[in-house]
Order: sequence, then C-alpha cells, then structure tokens
Amino acid sequence: MLQPESGGPVPAPRDTGARRISVFLSRHPRLRLSLLLSAPLFWLGLVYIVALAALLITALWTVDTFTGTITQTWTLDNIVTVLTGSLYQTVTLRTLGVAVVVTVVDVLVALPIAFYMAKVASTRWQRVLVIAVLMPLWASYLVKAYAWRSVLSSDGIVDWLVAPFGGQTPGYGLPATVITLAYLWLPYVILPIYAGLERVPDSLLEASGDLGGRTGSTLRLVVLPMIWPAIIAGSIFSFSLTLGDYITVNIVGGANQMLGNLVYTNVGAANNLPLAAAIALIPIVIIFGYLAAVRRTGALDNL
Amino acid sequence: MSVDRPAIRLRGLTKSFGAGNAVDGVDLDIVEGEFFSMLGPSGSGKTTVLRLIAGFEQPTSGTVSLQGEDVTDRAPFDRDVNTVFQDYALFPHMTVLDNVAYGLRVRGVGRRERRERARAALDTVRLGGFGDRKPGQLSGGQRQRVALARATVVQPKVLLLDEPLGALDLKLREQMQVELKELQRELGITFIFVTHDQEEALTLSDRIAVFNEGRIEQLGTPAEIYDHPISPFVAAFVGTSNVFSDELSLRVLGRGGIHSVRPEKMTVARLESPISGDRSAPGILAEVIYLGSSTRIIVDLDAGMRVVVQEQNDARRVGDEERGARVRVAWSDLDTVTIVADRHADSLDPTP
Repeated sequence: MLQPESGGPVPAPRDTGARRISVFLSRHPRLRLSLLLSAPLFWLGLVYIVALAALLITALWTVDTFTGTITQTWTLDNIVTVLTGSLYQTVTLRTLGVAVVVTVVDVLVALPIAFYMAKVASTRWQRVLVIAVLMPLWASYLVKAYAWRSVLSSDGIVDWLVAPFGGQTPGYGLPATVITLAYLWLPYVILPIYAGLERVPDSLLEASGDLGGRTGSTLRLVVLPMIWPAIIAGSIFSFSLTLGDYITVNIVGGANQMLGNLVYTNVGAANNLPLAAAIALIPIVIIFGYLAAVRRTGALDNL
Repeated sequence: MSVDRPAIRLRGLTKSFGAGNAVDGVDLDIVEGEFFSMLGPSGSGKTTVLRLIAGFEQPTSGTVSLQGEDVTDRAPFDRDVNTVFQDYALFPHMTVLDNVAYGLRVRGVGRRERRERARAALDTVRLGGFGDRKPGQLSGGQRQRVALARATVVQPKVLLLDEPLGALDLKLREQMQVELKELQRELGITFIFVTHDQEEALTLSDRIAVFNEGRIEQLGTPAEIYDHPISPFVAAFVGTSNVFSDELSLRVLGRGGIHSVRPEKMTVARLESPISGDRSAPGILAEVIYLGSSTRIIVDLDAGMRVVVQEQNDARRVGDEERGARVRVAWSDLDTVTIVADRHADSLDPTP
C-alpha cells in the first residue's frame, strides 16, 4: 500500500451532533422533503394565493356610499357593473388591444435579436449583448417612461428625426403607449427566446440545410416549432405586464385610460375597493383565458 | 468507374481556424460508388474535410468538386450530398416519418408522395412500424437508422457519415457496420465515412485516407494501409506496431532505416526452446495479458525497446508466472515492413 508522506491513516469521521442529524435525515427522505418545502409552500399558500382569494372576496362586498366604509354583505353588483358598463367594456377592449399589439411588436423585435445572440454572435459578443439587453432593467421604470415622454414630445428627438421626411411625432396617445410599453418589456421577451434558441442544437440547422431546406424553410419548419414554448413564455410576460400597467399610459397616453387606471382611481379618489377588486379580476380572467388557449395548442407540452 | 469525373474531387483544400490550419492542402479524388473512409485521431482534420464537402464550412483556399462540377461556393442546400450527423440531428418535434420526409417536403414533393417514399425508406432500414413515434422514443441504433433513411431518401450522389457509430455500444456497432455495408451496396452511391476507429475503417472501406495534422498521411486499400504503412504514424495508428527506429534497426535487424513488425507476426519462446522465423531478439518478459482468443505479451528487449506480441492461445505459450524470465522474441524477415529504407543499402530492402 502506498502511504502519503504526511498524515498516516485517515481518521474515521467524528461523531458530532450535526453528523447524527444528517444521518437521521438521509434515512428519512420524506421528513427531509417536508423541511425543505415547508417555508416556500407557506409563502406561496398564505401570501400569494390568500391575497388573490381576498381580492376575489372583496369584489363580492359593497361600499356604504354614505360612510365610505366596506360593508360585508354578499353581492354580485360589482361584477355585473364591470361586465355591463360601457366604460368598462371600452377600457377592457382598449387594454386588450394595447397588450396584443405590444406583445406582437415585442416578439417581432425580439426574434431577430435573440437569433443573432444565440446563433450568429461569437461567445464574446454574446456576453456583451446579454448585458446590453439587461442594462435597461437597471434604470427605474419611471425614468424610462419619462424619457420616452421627452423623446416623443413635439420638440423631441423623434420629431427632429422624421421632420425632414415630412413626418411628425405620434405625440401622446395609444401609439406612444404601445411604443413605450414595448420598449419596457422587450428584455423579458428577448431573454426567454434567446434561452430557447440556445437549446436548439446547431446540428439541427445544419441538417435542415443539408436536406435542402433554405433559410425560410429552416426557420419555419425547424426553428419556430422548437422555440414556440419560449415565444409563449416571453409573450406571457409582455401581455400580462401590459394588462396591469397604468403608469405608462398616464405619462405618454394622453387622455386614454387602461384597466389599471380604473383600479387606481377606484382605490384612491373614488374609495371603492370592492369595485376596484372587481375590475382587477378582468386581467386575471383574460390571462387565464390566454394560458388555456395556449395550452390547447399544445405549445406547453415541450416545456 | 470514371477516373476523369470522380464523385468528389478536392484540390488544395485548406481551412484555417485562428492560427493553425485544421486542413492543410488536401488533394483527393473519391471514385463513384466507393466506400471511402477518412481515418485519423481527433483534431486530425477529417471531420473538417467532411464539413467542407457538405458546405457547412467555407475553405480558406482550394476547391471542392462534385461529379466534375465546382461546388465550392454553393450553400449546403444547393449540393447533392447529404450528411448523417454524429448526434443524428433528428428534429425532436417531428415524428420519425416527418423527419424522413423532411428533405422531400422542402423540395416541394406532394404530401402523399413524400409520405409514401419516406415509408419505403423506413422499410429499407427495417423501421417500418416506427413512423408515428417521436425520435425521443427510439433507441440509439434506431435513431441512427432514421438518420440514414432521412439522408438517403432524397437520393444524394454522395452520402457523408460523421462518426455515425460512435455513440453505439460494441455489439450494436458491429451489427450496424454490416447494415451500412449492405445499404451502400444496395443504393450504389458513394459513401464517405469519417471515423477514428481503425478497425471500423479496415472492415468497411474500399479505400482509406489516414489523416494526421490536417494532411493525408497515406491513401490506399485497407490491406495496403495495414500491411505497408508508409510512416511511423500510420504504422502506430492503424493497428498496433512495433516500430524500430534507425538505431534499433541496426542493432536488431542489422540494417538501418525505420522498420515495423505487427504483434501477431511475432512469437515469444523460452530461451531453451527452438524458435520459428529467421529474426529473433532476446529480452525480459514484462507482462502477459490474457485476451480470451489470444494473449498479448510485452517483452523488454535487451536492445532497449519494448515490443508487443500477440499470440494465439495454445499450450506452448509463456504464462503470467514467468514474468521477469528471459525469453526470445522471434519473427520472419518477410513480415518486417520497411517504412523508411536504409540510406546506405537500398538494395537489401525486402519489401517492394
């Protein structure tokens, strides 16, 4: 037997309390699992789900118009108001439209950027680009929204750029809202698509070309189906974040209101928390509907 | 065989990555219908040559011609060659049938016809009933056959195979070797096979190019490569060889130059036993390794060299318990291959 110069025989592990606990836990995998999961499950259950449930319950109460306090009498009035009131219908459709357009714009912009990052750029440039995509997230939301307000103003940089060609800035309104929101959520859409493309082996692209597939066919038949779940994941971010937003539309949206503004007004100025809760249920229902639709297409099967 | 219009012609093919040349001025003609192997250790440039032929890489200089036509500047989808990838590169989101039909689909073949032809291709690789499965549900050998069917269904002029058997276990590999050979005979198209496994190359090929450091070290039939290696590298890489340097050749063989003797051509005898062959050298028995059908014996020659001998198992052979004993290694001078001739006496060279 070879013995190392220093040391001599390796001592047996010492019998400490920590060691006994480790031994006990390694023999009781169920106990180990419950210790591991109890804290996060507590968080998820109490803070997350209970808060959502409280929202739902609040929507079924009313506010005493005279005293302004919440009375805990059960009623569907708020829900009915939200579903039938023409203001709520208009704002819901507007919010939905903005969310869809923002998502489409983001996916269309993110796809080529993510493809370049994952499949074309060198390793070095890949790192630089990931940082560049993440960098806007370091700045405050408000600062970025106000920056766009200045960019889109009547004497802003957009106006200056397009004026020689006879154009003018879109000004404040829904187009400005779409532009600003699309800018704000772009990193959240690029990153999942980039990660999805990273997982597509280069050899699959080569195999497609080798079998006679031109760039178009390769993208349509091989790349898109494989990164579809990643696109869906990215679109869920931009779609749901837009549905809940109310600050951007306040800053660059002109007189337009989105669902978030109605919630905000009802919580604050109108002091009608139950109605605000009922309005807040709309985006939740829409997102659930979106997820269900996505699930039906089978896009989440490969996740 | 048309010699003037080979299936593949490479002229001065060079590919540089950064500082070094991965492929360094390769000239090669591959004959129509040939089973051609490119053999070499990893990093020898064989896979790069394959990728240059397929069009996945652009050469730094030189040309690639396919049946007399210069295709150097053409994209992979414009070349009539198809590749079986090392990792098979099957599309995971498509069924096996759609994978095989892919090449026909992007060429605009109608749905009914392409499914029919894909089914026929799956039948030839004996995967008739597997069309509806996803690649993830198949074993390694089955995926390998799907990749073969997918590459051959579009009837390429040349099929490129990049270490296609590397990921399979030994038994399956041997079975697939036979199937590959049969498939090639059946289809009658040129196969270019890249491998680092010298046994596989010797078994399958009509001709072999041995690659080393981006160049072709030797080109020939398996028998030529194995029996008459032209460099110490080929002698050592293809099979095992006992290579005698110039100095050792003088001491052991009595003539200069570089020579090699295959282990299976040598025998080991105890000092007192009669020896077979007209060459022998004394030494000390260093190791006896039992291999089942044969035994590998390692002897440290007194001349200052370690030789490997492979003997059939019989009663006369030396045993493990004789380790350290003095023995003689014997062989026939006819089995001595001259790699580099004696500069002083060329006429004594026994090999043609």
